[in-house]
Amino acid sequence: MSMTQQATPAVDTPPAPGRKQSDGRTRQRPLALRLLARPEVGVFLGAVAVLVFFLIAAPPVRDGSSMANILYQSSTIGIMALPVALLMIGGEFDLSAGVAVITSALTASMLSYQLTLNVWVGVIVALIVSLAIGAFNGWLLVKTGLPSFLVTLGTFLILQGVNLAVTKLVTGNVATDDISDMDGFTQAQKLFASSFEVGGVNVKITVVWWLVFAALATWVLLRTKYGNWIFAVGGNKHSARAVGVPVTFTKISLFMLVGFGAWFVGMHQLFSFNTVQSGEGVGIELIYIAAAVIGGCLLTGGYGSAIGPVFGAFMFGMVQQGIVYAGWNPDWFKAFLGVMLLGAVLINLWVQRTATRR
Amino acid sequence: MDRSSHPRSRRIAPVVAVAAAAALTLAGCSSSSGGKEAEEGAANASAGKATTPRMTVALVTHQAPGDTFWDTVRKGAEAAAAKDNIKLVYSADPNAGNQANLVQNAIDQKVDGIAVTLAKPDALKGVIGKAEKSGIPVVGLNSGLSDWKKLNMLEFFGQDESVAGEAFGKKLNEVGAKHALCVVQEQGNVGLTQRCDGVEETFDGKLDVQNVNGTDMPGVKSTITAKLKQDPSIDYVVTLGAPFALTAVQSIGDAGSKAKVATFDLNKDLIKSIKSDDIQFAVDQQPYLQGYLAVDGLWLYKNNGNYSGGGEQPVLTGPAFVDKSNVDKIGEFAAKGNR
Repeated sequence: MSMTQQATPAVDTPPAPGRKQSDGRTRQRPLALRLLARPEVGVFLGAVAVLVFFLIAAPPVRDGSSMANILYQSSTIGIMALPVALLMIGGEFDLSAGVAVITSALTASMLSYQLTLNVWVGVIVALIVSLAIGAFNGWLLVKTGLPSFLVTLGTFLILQGVNLAVTKLVTGNVATDDISDMDGFTQAQKLFASSFEVGGVNVKITVVWWLVFAALATWVLLRTKYGNWIFAVGGNKHSARAVGVPVTFTKISLFMLVGFGAWFVGMHQLFSFNTVQSGEGVGIELIYIAAAVIGGCLLTGGYGSAIGPVFGAFMFGMVQQGIVYAGWNPDWFKAFLGVMLLGAVLINLWVQRTATRR
Repeated sequence: MDRSSHPRSRRIAPVVAVAAAAALTLAGCSSSSGGKEAEEGAANASAGKATTPRMTVALVTHQAPGDTFWDTVRKGAEAAAAKDNIKLVYSADPNAGNQANLVQNAIDQKVDGIAVTLAKPDALKGVIGKAEKSGIPVVGLNSGLSDWKKLNMLEFFGQDESVAGEAFGKKLNEVGAKHALCVVQEQGNVGLTQRCDGVEETFDGKLDVQNVNGTDMPGVKSTITAKLKQDPSIDYVVTLGAPFALTAVQSIGDAGSKAKVATFDLNKDLIKSIKSDDIQFAVDQQPYLQGYLAVDGLWLYKNNGNYSGGGEQPVLTGPAFVDKSNVDKIGEFAAKGNR
């Protein structure tokens, strides 16, 4: 990718004084090109292309309830893709995000069941555990200076083992017990895993949370000092520190944000399926990262948006479910998925190249 | 704010890291109540204890971490080991090469017997030959029904996946299914594919296959929903593992479909769903029995020279059907997590 993409997208280029054509650098570029230069536009076009493709190829997709199903699948990826994207803009990534979701769900479930507590106690403790895992990741990273690949790979393995071993130790099985008849379950289910009707279509509450979180993340990224810090530490940690950005705080808090996301999705899984298998979640971290990258975030940090990963996650859900709606041969399922995603990323890349040329 | 430049704090960082990792592990443990281990002990079937000399048996499976099915196999093996005065060494790896290394490891430990699953027989052929050469008896369980004889193994305990599938297909005919969907939670798994093929063999109606990603439950849920929307004529969803059956019930609700659910394999939550008619029936290959018989078979061979199945025929542990007619009886055992 070209270096020109490293420019901070949060601030628009100041209006060029006059129309001096002598020097290309100060010239105001056409609106279309300026739009295309934004990180989320490529993925937006990719998502539209995929949507149109499946609207034509798979008739059931045209149905409102099918779209609700696609959005549900997208939201379970998308809620996590948001903090993962912010973290990536901040220059790091988290391989433990997938199993951390399950860790959170297991914690809440087992604590409530084993001690026969109101499930809200489990939910709150799980939040604390998830934030602590994030803080641990961030703290270790900052203190040791190790790459996030190594630190979070370590946490990934630890959590995978702890999920299994502790669940087995506590419940005697590798899945948790059913908590659906316990106090507080119904309320928690309303918050994390309910659904509502819109024009006869059953929409899952996670879709609403996904969009709320996306709006919040966009506001933080573009309108707050913290948002600037994220771009700064992702662009260049040392110069960020030199101009007074609290690098340590920013990095640790970003990892904790991922912890928050893991908690939220974990609670959704728990209150949606009542029990949790301790081996789940492995490999999903790559899908979160993929959604963020497809959404226009650079793996090297310093560039990206919060709305891009929304389209990235949507594209993932759309392709995954669209293939099923189209009724294609399931043996090719993953190959289709890979081809569609690569295609989408290439469109994304081409749009950015075109936009940032000259 | 950033103190990482201090040389002292840099030196203690790894120590703190290890301590924090330990604390993290402990924090997970401390949520357990003391009574749980007692419950685990009580949950095992007990039939007295053998006075034969202590022997060591290795059980090497291709279990993926956190799978409820394999946990039940292991519990059966542990129950037999406890009864037979056997020290059981359990290890597992879904990767065939790694599983072969684990068998080699057991040979190096000079165990008195090895029980092994043959999900990928070719990869294990070499080490199994080595074990036999060094005089260690080897029995097969679960997967490898068509290969255990070729590998000169002593005995085999398991279910013929095709036979189970065929029995399942016949049952679908009995309950009047016309168009079934076979949901595969692990694309490319031979045993799972054989089940769907077996169903297709005997099922008079139409059978579709759908792959889903078993480690992503929300994904499983929406994929089954999508398939039911795509083809509203599907009237039976066939899952190949108990947790996926429970999820399929939710998908049917989401899709507004009238389809019913039946499944391979059991767990304790499934029992409730069979009682409440959410799930019609389950075909059970009795994983507990597989683990139990494999270990017990090695004990019998060592102490009494017995060959289960006469050394010629496999010992079949399935398919056993669980439906509303017998669910109450089996439910008692399933509640302990042993069925």
